[in-house]
Amino acid sequence: MCGIAGLYLKNPERYGSLGQLFCPMLEEMSDRGPDSAGFAVYRGESGGAAKITLYDPEETYDWDALAQRMGQELGLGVSVERLSTHAVLHAEADPAILRDWLTRQDPPLRVMSAGRSLEIFKETGLPRDVLARFGAAQMSGSHAIGHTRMATESAVTTQGAHPFNTGDDLCLVHNGSLSNHHRVGNWLTRQAGITFQTENDSEVAAGYLTWRLREGASIAEALEAALKDLDGFYTFAVGTKDGFAVLRDPIACKPAVLAETDDWVAMASEYRALASLPDVEKAKVWEPEPATVYSWGAA
Amino acid sequence: MERIDLKESGLRGVNRRLQLREGDAGTAAFEVTGLGGEHSVAAGLMHPIEVTLKGHVGYYCAGMNQQARITVEGNAGVGLAENMMSGLVRVKGDASQSAGATAHGGLIVIEGNASARCGISMKGADIVVKGSVGHNSAFMAQAGRLVICGDAGDGLGDSIYEARIYLRGKAQGLGADCVEKEMREEHLKELSALLAEAGIDADPADFRRYGSARQLYNFKVDNAGAY
Repeated sequence: MCGIAGLYLKNPERYGSLGQLFCPMLEEMSDRGPDSAGFAVYRGESGGAAKITLYDPEETYDWDALAQRMGQELGLGVSVERLSTHAVLHAEADPAILRDWLTRQDPPLRVMSAGRSLEIFKETGLPRDVLARFGAAQMSGSHAIGHTRMATESAVTTQGAHPFNTGDDLCLVHNGSLSNHHRVGNWLTRQAGITFQTENDSEVAAGYLTWRLREGASIAEALEAALKDLDGFYTFAVGTKDGFAVLRDPIACKPAVLAETDDWVAMASEYRALASLPDVEKAKVWEPEPATVYSWGAA
Repeated sequence: MERIDLKESGLRGVNRRLQLREGDAGTAAFEVTGLGGEHSVAAGLMHPIEVTLKGHVGYYCAGMNQQARITVEGNAGVGLAENMMSGLVRVKGDASQSAGATAHGGLIVIEGNASARCGISMKGADIVVKGSVGHNSAFMAQAGRLVICGDAGDGLGDSIYEARIYLRGKAQGLGADCVEKEMREEHLKELSALLAEAGIDADPADFRRYGSARQLYNFKVDNAGAY
């Protein structure tokens, strides 16, 4: 099953209440995915510095020591902020250099996201508890995308939770399952140098989009291409630094509802997740067509 | 007119009241607010009452309906009026997938669009869609009539039995064993009655009729090698 919720704010005056608007949406999708949850939030306030979200199962991990060591080795000022099992690193550098350094450590650190705006937090447990753990309701930003997981084919782990990030500021959540992800994943690893951290099919989809974007495609073009290259059933919600996009497979196996007002665009697996949004009764509400890319912002 | 708020009464409270289980049927009228996209609203109704649902509803709204006349003033989620037996279900907005699935009787009117698999395996109900329908509509439809005033997606009427499809616009493609058939006087007559009952202003002469070529009904010995 699994549930998806995404909120893209068109009106910057609402940025302060992103978390407050988004949390009830994801919570409402709890019975579609009660075993783990995750969310991506786009916050631009780092002033262009690179941001890396890291994960370690021990809440006592010494992130300060890591930041210091990283700063010394790379010759950078690195600051760090702990949020439960996660930490957000900030540094004036190319996010790719930081990600590279982190995954070269022994044991390698688990990078949840890399970019300049994106942060990803995910954990096992009920969506309500996961959101509370990271203080999601207090977060501000321009857009957020979340996922509630009901694992059907792999273990209930933090790593298996969505969203997935494989390239700067790109994130993807997925409801469904892909049938050719081994082949596509191998090709991306060998031919395109994309690295994967899990065995998850959805991470392959994220990696595929990262590769397409790197080749110069817009997110809308990358998703058009995904219709040909990815086989299986899916509803994808995708975020970029300043864009948001939705795609359903050609036979529309998995549900999705979109709603739009002058202030926001929202997407969820079911309408009830949208019912708490301001002015939803005046929103245009519709079901996205199969095999059709919907995108907003600079997507 | 009795008003019920779903947020106050809860789903079970609303459905129990609408089902009029205590035997005090009569010709009551109800209005339900606070829907918030909840699933299974007004499911299992059994009496000829009028029910107005003020907003969007979730999955399986008006399922198994008997006799009740239910109006949704919004959109409906997956499986609208699934297995309906009789009565009327009218949606002012759009309906999601599998509207009217396996429905045996009664009339379903969708004033917006219906998405994929509308009327899948329908068994005698009538469905009138003012807009368009998605792919695989009337898949394995056994009996009843599906009227589409707009266009149809791919695979219309795939493996259809004896249901009749009336389509005003274009089908992206017909499914296996579904063919266009002659529009005779009796068909114009039944279509015009259906449109009138649904309250939709359209000229029956603009529609084409589709149904089963009946080529899949019997096993063909020439195909034995395929098994």
